[in-house]
Amino acid sequence: MSKYYVNKFLFTIDRDPALVERYRDDPKGTVAWWLEEEGPRNLGVAGFERTTWLSLEEDEREALEKHDKVALFAMGAHPFLTLTLWIAMFERDFTEPLGMQLDYAAALADFQLPYPDITT
Amino acid sequence: MAKIVAICATTHHPFYYKTSKMSEDEAPPFAKEWIEKVTRYRETLTKAEPDVLVMIGSDHFHQLWLNSMPQFLVGNAPFYDANYYNEEREFGLPQLLLRGDVELANFILEKGLEVGFDLAFSNELRVDHSITCPIFTIRPEADLPIVPIYTNIFAPPLPQPKRFVELGKTIRTIVEEWPSEKRVAIIGTGHLSLELGGPRQFGPHGPDPDFDSKAVDWISNGKIDEALAEVSLESLHAPGNATHGFMDFMLMMGVAQGQVADYADTLDLFHTMEAYFTWYPKGE
Repeated sequence: MSKYYVNKFLFTIDRDPALVERYRDDPKGTVAWWLEEEGPRNLGVAGFERTTWLSLEEDEREALEKHDKVALFAMGAHPFLTLTLWIAMFERDFTEPLGMQLDYAAALADFQLPYPDITT
Repeated sequence: MAKIVAICATTHHPFYYKTSKMSEDEAPPFAKEWIEKVTRYRETLTKAEPDVLVMIGSDHFHQLWLNSMPQFLVGNAPFYDANYYNEEREFGLPQLLLRGDVELANFILEKGLEVGFDLAFSNELRVDHSITCPIFTIRPEADLPIVPIYTNIFAPPLPQPKRFVELGKTIRTIVEEWPSEKRVAIIGTGHLSLELGGPRQFGPHGPDPDFDSKAVDWISNGKIDEALAEVSLESLHAPGNATHGFMDFMLMMGVAQGQVADYADTLDLFHTMEAYFTWYPKGE
C-alpha cells in the first residue's frame, strides 16, 4: 500500500491547471505519464535526483485511472486532496450549486465511523 | 514591552470573500447576515488599533507537503505572497502580498526554542487561505505586517491537543516579553465540526451541531480544562473528518489564558458553523 504516492498524485495534479484538465480528459494516459515522469520527482530537491523506489499498488492505480473517488476514500487517500481535485474537474458538470459536492457525499454514504485511516 | 491589544479566534470560511462581493441579486439569502456579523467582528480588531498581527493558521497542502511536514512552523520572512491558483479557482480568492515582521518572528522563534518548543521556520512562505481569510474579514486593508504561525491539523500524525494549548500560552508570554512599543494582535483561525471529502460534507449545517455548541461554550467561557478533558486526537474524528482544525481554537484559548471572551458570536451556515471570538487582555 502506498497512500503517500496516491496522495502525491492527487497533490501534483491539483496544483497544475494543465494537469487538472489532462487528468479529467484522459485519466489512464495521465496516470501512465505521471508514473514515468512526475511521480519520481522528489519535490524540494533538484529534478534529476529521482526517487527510485516509489510505486502504486495495482488497486491504487486502477482507482486513479477510473476516477474512483469511493475507492480512494476506502484506501485512506487524503480526503481534502481528492475533494479539491474533484471540485476542479467535475463541479462544472453540475448545474445546481454544490451539486457535485452533494453527489460526492452521497457516493460515500455507506462509510461509517471510523473512516479509513489517512495517516501516512 | 509590546502590548497585546486583541486576541481574535475565528473560523475561516473561504467563501466569505466571494459572497461579500456579490450583488444583492446574485447573493445567497444568508449573505446579508453573514456580512453584518463579520463587519461587527472586524470592529473588535479595528478599535484595538494593532500595529502587527501574529496569525495562526494551517497550510492546506500548498507549500507544506508530506515529504517534510513540520508540526509547528513560524514564518520569518520580510514578505509573504498569499493564496494559490487552486484557491483562486475554487473560492475566488485573489492573490496578495503581505509584509512580514521579521524581528517579532525571530523573537518568537528564538524564545520558543529556549522554552521547549522546537519550532520549524520558513524564510520563503506562501501563505494560504487559513491566513488570508481573516485578512479579508477583519483587516481587509491588508496593511499590517504579519507573523504567520502554521500548525499541523491536517496531515496525521498530529501533535496532541494539549500542545496546541501550551503553544498558545507560550506565544502569549513571548509576545508580552518582546522589547518593543508595538501593539500586537494575535489572530487565529480554526474549525468547529467540519467534514471535507466525506459522506457528511456540505450538509445544511455543520456535521455535528452538538459538538459546535459545546465548543462555542468552551471557547467563549475560557474552559480550557473542560475542553482538554473531552478532546483527543481520536475523539475529533467523530464530529467530522476535518474537525482537528478545532485544535487551532484550543491554541487560541491558550493565548487567551482561560479568560472569558469579551465578544462572542456565531452564525449557523450550510456546511459549517461560523464563530467569532475576541478577547482584550485585562487592562485593555
